Amino acid sequence: MNDAATSPVESRQEGERLHVLGLLVGFVTGLPQLVFPVVAAVFGVRSADNPVLVPIIILVALFFSVFFRWLAWMRFHYYVGDYDIRIEKGILSRNARSIPYERIQDVSLEQKPLARIMGLAEVKFETGGGAGEDAKLSFVAVAEAERLRELVRVRKSGTEIADEADDDAAETPPVFAMNARRVFILGLFSFSLFIFAVLGGAAQQLDFLLPFDFWDLSAWVGIAEERGVNVDRINGVSLAARMILTSVALAALLFIGFASGVFRTTLREYGFRLDRTAKGFRRRRGLLTLTDVVMPIHRVQAAIIQTGPLRKIWGWHALKFVSLAQDSKEESNYVAAPLATLDEIWPIATAAMIDAPDTGIAFRKGEGGWWLSGFVGLALLVFVVMASIMVFAEAPLRQAANVLWLLLPFGFLIWFNRRNYRDAIDDRQLYVRNGWWQQNLTIAPQIKLQTIEISQGPIARRQGLASLRFGISGGELEMVALPIATARAIRDAILERVTAVDYSAINRPL
Amino acid sequence: MTDQIAPELTPLNPAYVTTSRIATALGLLPFLIGAGVLEGGQLLPPGSIIVPILVLYAYIAFIIPARKYRHWGYAMGADRLRIVRGYMYYRDTVVPFGRIQHIDVEQGPVQRRYDLATLTVHTAGNHNSTVSLPGLLHADAVAIRETIRSHIRQDTL
Repeated sequence: MNDAATSPVESRQEGERLHVLGLLVGFVTGLPQLVFPVVAAVFGVRSADNPVLVPIIILVALFFSVFFRWLAWMRFHYYVGDYDIRIEKGILSRNARSIPYERIQDVSLEQKPLARIMGLAEVKFETGGGAGEDAKLSFVAVAEAERLRELVRVRKSGTEIADEADDDAAETPPVFAMNARRVFILGLFSFSLFIFAVLGGAAQQLDFLLPFDFWDLSAWVGIAEERGVNVDRINGVSLAARMILTSVALAALLFIGFASGVFRTTLREYGFRLDRTAKGFRRRRGLLTLTDVVMPIHRVQAAIIQTGPLRKIWGWHALKFVSLAQDSKEESNYVAAPLATLDEIWPIATAAMIDAPDTGIAFRKGEGGWWLSGFVGLALLVFVVMASIMVFAEAPLRQAANVLWLLLPFGFLIWFNRRNYRDAIDDRQLYVRNGWWQQNLTIAPQIKLQTIEISQGPIARRQGLASLRFGISGGELEMVALPIATARAIRDAILERVTAVDYSAINRPL
Repeated sequence: MTDQIAPELTPLNPAYVTTSRIATALGLLPFLIGAGVLEGGQLLPPGSIIVPILVLYAYIAFIIPARKYRHWGYAMGADRLRIVRGYMYYRDTVVPFGRIQHIDVEQGPVQRRYDLATLTVHTAGNHNSTVSLPGLLHADAVAIRETIRSHIRQDTL
């Protein structure tokens, strides 16, 4: 790359360096990587039988780590140009990357605990490119990070916005925020026995450290007996005492479930704050790891409003935005409000150009035959299983018929799904509501749809039913149990609106 | 449901039946060889493996491509491409030109012998992000690609 030809002024500039304290953060977070080489080296020199060698090895390893980090830091420059941001790096092989402002989709800041203490932040420039990693500056001072983000925003929109724009955002009230109490309630709904899976996994990984076989039940009984517990004594305990013990154990389980839900939720959602900035929505959250993610409004493809049978009692819902497919690297959808009332949610959705369904709108129930045929298909499968049990395991009919019980829960599930399914269409948006344990209302502006497909399976075709599948960037949407004529009419109506606008027009910054 | 596609749709090139037969026959050849090996082992009465497999092979490689062909169809609209396919599982997909990101025209070795090509359009959607239309004359596929491309350029301007 010939810098001199493109921008003679800039090539003479040194460019900006990363913050020098970032070296320390990188050094500390990189320490675990040094453990293995050091252990290997110590192991290698054990035959020399010289105890002085061990601290020398550790010192040499630390020295090299610092030295190479420093060298890399010396050779790393970034330039903020008129048309692009350029990053030059590499100790021996040099790499120069140019990121034009038009291609930068998002600038995200992340502060891990140590960096936060030092007042540093990691800046990531996200481009739409599916392959290859995006550009990253780790670390720069927080003020510099904010300046870079602001700069990209200004250069992209092509308008001059004063530096205090971000301060303004801090002054204006957030679109949505959660206080500690709200985060706690969300934690209660996030009941999770995940910790047991972690402990079980850890026990399996590290069982060589345990003095007994973790999965050997008789060993556990042996340990209990060593401490004076035996079957006779358990049987000797009165029924009331046993019931008390059982409920204490259950209560402990419940407590752990709720506590770990609250703990994990607090870590992630603490200080949740959603702002409406010039560029889009800006979300800040996290207790130890603060994340700060901006979502441009023109990238919103659909909104999902979620609730569940329990949350609904208190009127709690969550709002998520489906965004362009390449955005979804860490979370599949952009969570705009994890726990909010509908009164809080609709204004946020409106800010993203998504409207609540009109009160007069007619939500359609699906044709019953659709779910009935699903149930019949399931029943046929169960009969096949039953028959094969009778033939291959030579079980008597009475025993094999127990398989039929399977139909009960699945039947209920299908019935619940039928009961909860609704769809509607108006002249701008599309609405699909489904699910029972997780109730979703998906709202998609019709012009954001990519493809439309009518599909029919063998049974549905005989019933004259069809489903409509919509291609959405970053998500899925399907209308089911439609009479074929209705499906065709809906498709034609939507296509009229879709074909009127080009892709580049719908995903252009506002 | 009749055995014919709707009148507004264009059928594929009849040579698609041949290329599809050749491709399927070659693709399933390993199973045929496997059946031959099992037969050679003489584990069961002679013919009890190879005969049903041969019948199945003939059905999948010769009857099904012809049936598939009868249910494929496409329609180029002024601003959209419609592709219809499938008998057991019927799919009727419409891709507006304004949503197409890029377009491929592919030609495999068998297709090349019969001057056929497959047109694939890519969209940004998660579902149906690629929609393929096989069995077009290569010249037709290129013509469709050019039509779509000019439409996209005209839209973006």
